[in-house]
Amino acid sequence: MQTKVDELLHKPLVVINLGLKRFAESLEEQKVEVVQVDWVPPAGGDKAMAELLDQLL
Amino acid sequence: MASGFVIRKNQYYDSVFLMKISKRISDAKGVQQNAVLMGSDTNKGLLSNIGIRDTQIDAAQPNDLIVAVIADTPQIVNDVLNKLDEYLLGGVQSVSASNLHSFEDGLAQKPDANLVVISVPGEYAAREAHKALESGLNVFLFSDNVSIDDELDLKRFAVEKNLLVMGPDCGTSLIGGVGIGFANVVRKGSIGVIGASGTGLQEFTSQAHNAGFGISHAIGTGSHDLSDKIGGLTTLAALDVLEADPQTKVITLISKLPGAKTLAKLSERLKTCKQPVVGCFLGIQGEIEAGTSFQRARLIDDAVRLSITQIADKPVFWQDQFTPQELEWMSPEIGSWSSQQKYIRGLFAGGTFCYQSQQIFRDADIPAYSNAPLDVKYRLADPDHSIEHTVVDMGDDHYTLGKPHPMIDGSMRKQRILAEGRDPQVAILLLDFILGYNASMDPVGELLEGVIEAKQAARKRGGALTVVASICGTDDDPQDLSLQTRMLQEGGVIVFHSNAKAAHFCCALIKRRLGGCHADQS
Repeated sequence: MQTKVDELLHKPLVVINLGLKRFAESLEEQKVEVVQVDWVPPAGGDKAMAELLDQLL
Repeated sequence: MASGFVIRKNQYYDSVFLMKISKRISDAKGVQQNAVLMGSDTNKGLLSNIGIRDTQIDAAQPNDLIVAVIADTPQIVNDVLNKLDEYLLGGVQSVSASNLHSFEDGLAQKPDANLVVISVPGEYAAREAHKALESGLNVFLFSDNVSIDDELDLKRFAVEKNLLVMGPDCGTSLIGGVGIGFANVVRKGSIGVIGASGTGLQEFTSQAHNAGFGISHAIGTGSHDLSDKIGGLTTLAALDVLEADPQTKVITLISKLPGAKTLAKLSERLKTCKQPVVGCFLGIQGEIEAGTSFQRARLIDDAVRLSITQIADKPVFWQDQFTPQELEWMSPEIGSWSSQQKYIRGLFAGGTFCYQSQQIFRDADIPAYSNAPLDVKYRLADPDHSIEHTVVDMGDDHYTLGKPHPMIDGSMRKQRILAEGRDPQVAILLLDFILGYNASMDPVGELLEGVIEAKQAARKRGGALTVVASICGTDDDPQDLSLQTRMLQEGGVIVFHSNAKAAHFCCALIKRRLGGCHADQS
């Protein structure tokens, strides 16, 4: 069975880009399938709340 | 001097966008300093350092935008802050907004994804990378400021899940011909590369391409991977996958100085590698015992030569000596220096180029001070103040905290070029220019005016400033390598397509000036 690492090297890349949009743009230029996520800090930036949510999910 | 600030609640922007706005505000007349930041604790500390303190700032959250301005008059401060929407709108125009805001949103959109590229602020990056691994996805982690403990946890988890974590602090990878992060456009081929240094990886892959060869995969590991704390977890995982890859005929490792225990462990692993291995571990002085299929390269250029020799079907011609024309350039340069001029000043965008140059200078008995020294006794007390021979890594945190990296924006490096040009003891400026995806579209254009001005200043003093540059790039890069090269040459700059060769050239000039050995490369 092909592992996820093998897939990475031998199948076309399919990318989730979290953050800087220019990275997604350069992948698009290379005809890579990519989805851009305009990431924002979780729980409105409240780290304690984010940790609590992580534990709940 | 006057100052002021505004806080916009729940307005989150990425760091490149914020730097763009900051640059635009800094161009406004009368503005002395500005900060355009999200309200994280680190950023609030930066504001405090420049004298911007307030209880409202203390209360700001990481997704609140803070814009602070220090200017000549209160009127200028008010004008800039009142026009903030115009500045923000100007920045937004080029960025089409996504309605996806979390990893989970992205995964829902692309459930067949096999890689997550992460460039969120360091304090959140480990959390996002962990989620990606948990979902069975490989990770390219560009973010830096991830703690070494978090890095170790992530990499152990990746090993357990049989996944790759490239990073944190990973600038470059090439997977099946696709450049991720800062990468040059190179052809596909049979050299597999593992790199703990981003610009080292770029220099290697560009030179291999320019020599007519290609890359199967180039896997960035992040700059701390070969430290003893991390133990080379990504390097070893990358070795396994490249060893099993039928396209990869030779494996090349590029890194700065590894930890002693990790190097020993890696050497043992290399002894059983099926493919021949070339290793370039910059900064190491001793021997490396890693079996009969291992070849040691002292410099990145040597690594390219040894690697392509392994796969070439005919003898490889490799020009590692100076050409007759390059030798001819030397005497006129040295002859035009004043008696005061004797020092080299290297100003680098690429950390590996700063490091490799120091190794070359050390081998030539030309010790150089640095903010990122090879030998701690040559650490600069003040990174902004050069002493004797000095090389500066301008991508260091000292210069990039809240400011664009010199590979993206040359403004800071231009100011330093002008400062070095005012020093009558400086004979040579050594620079690097890095092309490829995500780098500045005109790195030479950003600095050239500064170079010409520095040269003019030296001439006015009765001397001449020699400027030596290397360009890391290929003909297929978006910036137009031949145009960038020509612009430098027309500006009176001596250009090489190798940092090592440029650094050797500087050594040869200094040695000749001292009446020492001839201009041969070591």
